[in-house]
Amino acid sequence: MSLDTSRKSAPAGHVERKGEDTKSDKVVAGVSHVMLSLWALMVLIPLAWTLLSSFKTTKEILISPFSLPADWKFDNYVSAWNTAGIGLYFFNTVIVVGFALVIVMVLGAMCAYVLARYVFPGSRAIYYLMLAGLTFPIFLAIVPLFFILKNIGLLNTLPGLIIVYVSFALPFTVFFLFSFFKALPKEIAEAAQIDGAGEWRTFFQVMLPMAKPGMASVAIFNFLGLWNQYLIPVAINTNPENYVLSQGIAAFAGQQGYAVDFGSLFAAAIIVVVPVLIMYILFQRQLQGSVSAGTMK
Amino acid sequence: MTHATNEVKSGGGAVATARRRRKKLTFDKVSFMAVFLGLPLVIYLVFVISPFAQAIYYSMTSWSGFDNNMPFVGLGNYVKLFNDDIFMISIRNSIILVIFLPIITIVLSLILATLVTIGGSSRGQIKGLKGAGFYRIISFFPYVIPAVVIGIIWAQIYTPDNGLLNGILTGIGLDGFKDYPWLGDARTAMVASMVVMVWGFVGFYMILFIAAIKGIPAETYEAARIDGAGRFRTAMSITIPLIRDNIQTAYVYMGILALDAFVYMSVLNSTGGPQNSTLVMSQKLFSTAFSKQQFGLACAMGVVLAAITLAFSALVFLVNRITGGSKDVAE
Repeated sequence: MSLDTSRKSAPAGHVERKGEDTKSDKVVAGVSHVMLSLWALMVLIPLAWTLLSSFKTTKEILISPFSLPADWKFDNYVSAWNTAGIGLYFFNTVIVVGFALVIVMVLGAMCAYVLARYVFPGSRAIYYLMLAGLTFPIFLAIVPLFFILKNIGLLNTLPGLIIVYVSFALPFTVFFLFSFFKALPKEIAEAAQIDGAGEWRTFFQVMLPMAKPGMASVAIFNFLGLWNQYLIPVAINTNPENYVLSQGIAAFAGQQGYAVDFGSLFAAAIIVVVPVLIMYILFQRQLQGSVSAGTMK
Repeated sequence: MTHATNEVKSGGGAVATARRRRKKLTFDKVSFMAVFLGLPLVIYLVFVISPFAQAIYYSMTSWSGFDNNMPFVGLGNYVKLFNDDIFMISIRNSIILVIFLPIITIVLSLILATLVTIGGSSRGQIKGLKGAGFYRIISFFPYVIPAVVIGIIWAQIYTPDNGLLNGILTGIGLDGFKDYPWLGDARTAMVASMVVMVWGFVGFYMILFIAAIKGIPAETYEAARIDGAGRFRTAMSITIPLIRDNIQTAYVYMGILALDAFVYMSVLNSTGGPQNSTLVMSQKLFSTAFSKQQFGLACAMGVVLAAITLAFSALVFLVNRITGGSKDVAE
């Protein structure tokens, strides 16, 4: 087999040898494509089915899971948005995730910067404290957290939810950015200080802009994590007026059980997925890149 | 200007730095440290660390939350827990999850990652499969979908009479599955729930492993190929030993997720499933705390859950260390 290929490319004198696929290559490639396509179908079919069902009336859904909708209307979306309250939950989620994301990125960057650049007594201890926050299950904290918020009057309020989101996203943010700031050259900060910049200016005008790529990756992961968060809101944000999307749609699914409006439920699912889908398409490269970066350490 | 700076530096380098170091406490520096370190740290201590510490104390009281009356019961809650059959079932279910879920997910994602990376031509440069980018984008997507939505979608897929799964099964002639309640039958509820979680995470680990495999120098693969190793041999003797640490990390992550599993389990079967077959510790903890108001007992469950999580991570590290760990990789 190998003789075959070399003979083909040899006659033209000095030609760069081009690898030609052997028969077994083709078989392997074929089998790989089949298996990967099967997995891709496994992923796509449930999603496509959800999208399809979101346009069907509940009656159509109950008759057959496969049939196409009789007419493509957005009625389900309208009723999910208004009647089921998804619109309100969407608005709440945007506020909570927006504020929490900005605050945690700023606080996390500041904390990581100090830990990475300064040596002071206790810096190691703080680092390990952060590690503990990443390791312990959030379930251990959930009951006392409930009472802490109750005591300071932030239980069942959006600010309360924001501050808890910030606190629990903080260790991850600090960890990721810590290695990032550590890798930035010290000389630049020193140069800025020789030029007369104080600590504040050095950070905001010199170091933070240099950490942009790291900040972007962490922000994407934090966005996804906070947008998808479920346990914290169901425990400490139980007023339906303040529901975020994840708990809103779960309540919607739970309350109807086997009863009624499946069409709207599918539409609600699509509404929740669309923002992350957009984020995913926009930042797909960066997201996969940061997963890779995480493996390199 | 340059000249002046130079002079200072060359004049008394060590003295100058020493003086700068002693001159630390300017307003700029103090305010900087207070805000940059103090603020995040206070928030973190109040909302993350102190709840962890309090939970350990509460776990030794029979507190019901409504008053400040916290009768101290020592280890009473723990004794109670280990005599509680339903809690023991939930521990059993969590342990089943932590054993099987990481293995299934990691094996599947390793296979897919291997297919993508070394499925290409065996001639010329080592390359991946054509069209790999497409598979990567599709496979990774479930990872970004909110877990709640994944649960809801799959609960609909498993619906007995008009769900997608039974529709497909009866469609290809398996009429026995007509109206079969996948989540409502104790024999299949757990497996069906695991499938959902595997579906959600395989893509993520696949990307992780692809990145790790790409980090292996191509020369290593070329050498193996020259030595006559086929694809399967290469995967077993080169790829897996070299990305061993990534597999360990993935195993720990996935195990921690499996010990949580709260979102998936509570959406798929909100009350723990038929005969509690899908009840996990996190669900039991949540209902004990927020439905039954037995906060002391719930905190004890939290401590048990945390202990199992830590023991699991330690075990994975230990096993990896004993079986050779990263040693055989280090040239």
